[in-house]
Amino acid sequence: MDNFTVGVVVFPGSNCDRDVSWALEGCLDIRTKYLWHESSDLSDVDSIVLPGGFSYGDYLRCGAIARFSPLINALDEFVKSGKRVLGICNGFQILTESGFLPGALVANKNLHFICDDVELDIISSKGGWFNNRDEKQTIKLPIAHGEGRYHCDSDTFKKLVDNELIALRYKNNPNGSSYDIAGITNEKGNVLGLMPHPERACDETIGGTDGLFTLKSLILK
Amino acid sequence: MDQFAVKVFVRLRPSVLDPAGEATKSASIKLGAEGIKSLRIGKMIEVKIEGNGENEVRDKIDLLCDRLFANTVIEDYEYSLEKL
Repeated sequence: MDNFTVGVVVFPGSNCDRDVSWALEGCLDIRTKYLWHESSDLSDVDSIVLPGGFSYGDYLRCGAIARFSPLINALDEFVKSGKRVLGICNGFQILTESGFLPGALVANKNLHFICDDVELDIISSKGGWFNNRDEKQTIKLPIAHGEGRYHCDSDTFKKLVDNELIALRYKNNPNGSSYDIAGITNEKGNVLGLMPHPERACDETIGGTDGLFTLKSLILK
Repeated sequence: MDQFAVKVFVRLRPSVLDPAGEATKSASIKLGAEGIKSLRIGKMIEVKIEGNGENEVRDKIDLLCDRLFANTVIEDYEYSLEKL
């Protein structure tokens, strides 16, 4: 894994790009490279993180404008090749807007911007993003969002359940998400989108290390 | 080339909860307005656009609505078009 490099995408308005890079490099010794959103050359990176923030000011809808960047256009081939893509918070919103993941993320039910630690049940470890050893396992990760209410219709939900695509569910649903959903994968399992921030839970000194496993799994082949 | 003024209305689908609409409804009642049964908030987008005739412009607006202005997972859209 000497040369394995994780691309961290930077949109105008991204604000968790440095946190992700810090967590990967400082806590896990994984090399990172910032990818400017105008770039469509993904040949130097082996997996990609779409970090949190407010890409393009979240104008129109969260993630709606970012979807048209050259980098997201190039992501289709990257995903089809089986390489891994992790969308955190705004990154999750971009993945749903661009159709890599089903459903949509809308304003929290109580309209609050919620900044808190939440307990999450690991429902599926499809793609190896979570350490789901045997019995039901719970992890704690921070959330920080105003528009994190996952919405999907009942047909989509059935598809998510039947294909084990629901990765995480909130124990105490903070934002009104349909079916308590906090994170999902695509059918292949190589794309994960989640509202909680694993990169903010990678060191005991900042409150926990439950995010390490997910970030570390970026280097899985 | 003909020029058209287009007004696009984007609304959350009826099945999607609109907390901003609910909050505004609650404030409306506090203001003393009576009889409000429902209040939902959408967006209106005004576009001036030129093209060869109404059909071509409608095609362009349909594409914009479907791919950009609305997220059809959660929103419906409709528009009116006026030749300038």
